[in-house]
Amino acid sequence: MYAYDQYDQAMVDARVAEFRDQCERRLAGKLSEDQFKPLRLMNGLYLQLHAYMLRVAIPYGTLNARQMRMLATIAEKYDRGYGHFTTRQNIQYNWIKLEDAADILADLATVEMHAIQTSGNCIRNISSDHFAGAAADEVADPRPYAELLRQWSSFHPEFSYLPRKFKFCVIASETDRTAMRLHDIGIRIVERDGELGAQFYVGGGMGRTPMIAPLVRDFVPLDQLVTYAEACLRVYNRYGRRDNKYKARIKILVHELGAEEYTRQVEEEFAHLLEQGIEPPLAELERIRGFFELPEPLRGKPDAAAGKNDDRQLDPRLRGGDGDGGELGTWVQHNTHSHQHPDYVSAIVSLKPVGGIPGDATADQMRVLADLAERYSFDELRVMHTQNVVLPHVAKADLPAVWQALSEAGMGTPNADLMGDIIACPGLDYCSLANARSIPIAQRISERFAANGKEATLGELKLKISGCINACGHHHAGHIGILGVDRKGTENYQLLLGGSEAEDTSLAKITGPGFDEHGIVDAVETAADVYLREREDGERFLDTYRRIGMAPFKEALYA
Amino acid sequence: MNLITGNDLKTGAVTWWTGSGWSSAIEDAVDAGDDAEAIAATEEAARRVNVPYVVEAEHGPDSVPRPSHIKERVRALGPTVRPDLTLKPEDPSAIEKVI
Repeated sequence: MYAYDQYDQAMVDARVAEFRDQCERRLAGKLSEDQFKPLRLMNGLYLQLHAYMLRVAIPYGTLNARQMRMLATIAEKYDRGYGHFTTRQNIQYNWIKLEDAADILADLATVEMHAIQTSGNCIRNISSDHFAGAAADEVADPRPYAELLRQWSSFHPEFSYLPRKFKFCVIASETDRTAMRLHDIGIRIVERDGELGAQFYVGGGMGRTPMIAPLVRDFVPLDQLVTYAEACLRVYNRYGRRDNKYKARIKILVHELGAEEYTRQVEEEFAHLLEQGIEPPLAELERIRGFFELPEPLRGKPDAAAGKNDDRQLDPRLRGGDGDGGELGTWVQHNTHSHQHPDYVSAIVSLKPVGGIPGDATADQMRVLADLAERYSFDELRVMHTQNVVLPHVAKADLPAVWQALSEAGMGTPNADLMGDIIACPGLDYCSLANARSIPIAQRISERFAANGKEATLGELKLKISGCINACGHHHAGHIGILGVDRKGTENYQLLLGGSEAEDTSLAKITGPGFDEHGIVDAVETAADVYLREREDGERFLDTYRRIGMAPFKEALYA
Repeated sequence: MNLITGNDLKTGAVTWWTGSGWSSAIEDAVDAGDDAEAIAATEEAARRVNVPYVVEAEHGPDSVPRPSHIKERVRALGPTVRPDLTLKPEDPSAIEKVI
């Protein structure tokens, strides 16, 4: 993975010193909250319901054991023993004291981490495929391009005060595991006639006005990647609305101009920028790419003589075709993903135990993850936008030991992409913007479907819950989505069906009147039962919904 | 009744106007009446508390003020999903009272 050079480290260290001074002036009463707020937000420090909240960047969701251990240390030393992994592949701490904030950033800097540009109207942490560099279906590792864009966008003077926040995503496979087209700019690395290039999707997003990004350019040569991104940003920075924050995202600009006119302006700017020669030299991209090579033992053909990965020595429960694999077999079935190397898999660590808080991990659990990464995954971890963690390179032969360790630490739940694998924002339990609580709804649904035994029968079903219209819980993109709203001071929950954040991106539709906190759990079960009744062979919930439409669900829900 | 609330400058912890200062316990909060907005403005200018503001409340059981909006009741207690992290970890009924 990427390692800081002297410039990266100097920039981060300088920012820590600068923010320390700003915090001291605020604590001394020399800065008002109005003056301090934009400064703290530039360093990821929010003020939430119960305390300050610090959002730490995990670029494209990749981190190593040393960094994960530091996250654990911060949870214990400065917070209340846990952290919350987010849908932007970051981590948040909910109980931060202002007087500790600079010390935390200093500690993070010792392991090449920071909280820069995790808030504010700037280019945020760039997300990517959590299986990047391991997935069998990718044409390239997308992370070097994400890292190049990270370096270009960090402290970019022209893009530090955009009309609104700005989110990039970079993937490199046909299968989308990132909600790519629901980003301000989604980039897919593709191969055409043996050459790699980038598709640019611009103007997607969730929030109060969800939109799916249209394709703006089908192939940008990789030696023009940054230039094209800059052209997209320049047009937005010039014409994006600054008079109304609800209409300030690039999706509104692209929608109002029309994709064709927006593209025309971008192409014009692009041609101009090409003359300026702003693209970093290819040698820099090659230097970055060098940090993301597969671990040496995984390169080339597997060595059957090595023994460890000889199928004959595998745990019988992992060979397949042997009948009941027990709990381990169930976990392997749901929580592993195919790897470029046939003897390895990527293992999904569920942070969604039955009745648990989605995305929360204790300091002890973080240390277990760090230990497992070092021992079994070449010192690599990934944070998923679904609020789980990935061990990207696990030998199949090591799966029993990994599962055992995860289970003992409460992280071995076999529910990836099932009903219990719920995305939920912090909601009204923590967030000052929320209108309703999200986490208790997730907990009750998780418990309900664990108790009624329907989870496995339902198969792939992506449930996503947001506590307000800002949609941090991705409710627009859930096969089943839930949106918490405020109805005269009480919580009410709207049910949505039919969303997808995969390559078949679609936006969910509201079923009708909302439900109270108990009724919404019943409503989810009713919708699941309609699917079980109506589904045809091989259909997921989403497939059945798309075939039969909303009517049968509404009929059952509002009978 | 009108309560004044904000977040402590150093810790960010929820705090309530007691008539002469600030307390983390809503039991200490007082009705600031028609002076609430003026007091909040004065306290903000003095930079003692982060963004103080006025919330409506009613008299709850045991004369403890009960904010009208659930958001303020959650603020007054702590996250309903982590009883151990609320201000009343020993009281299992505290969360039900919030809701």
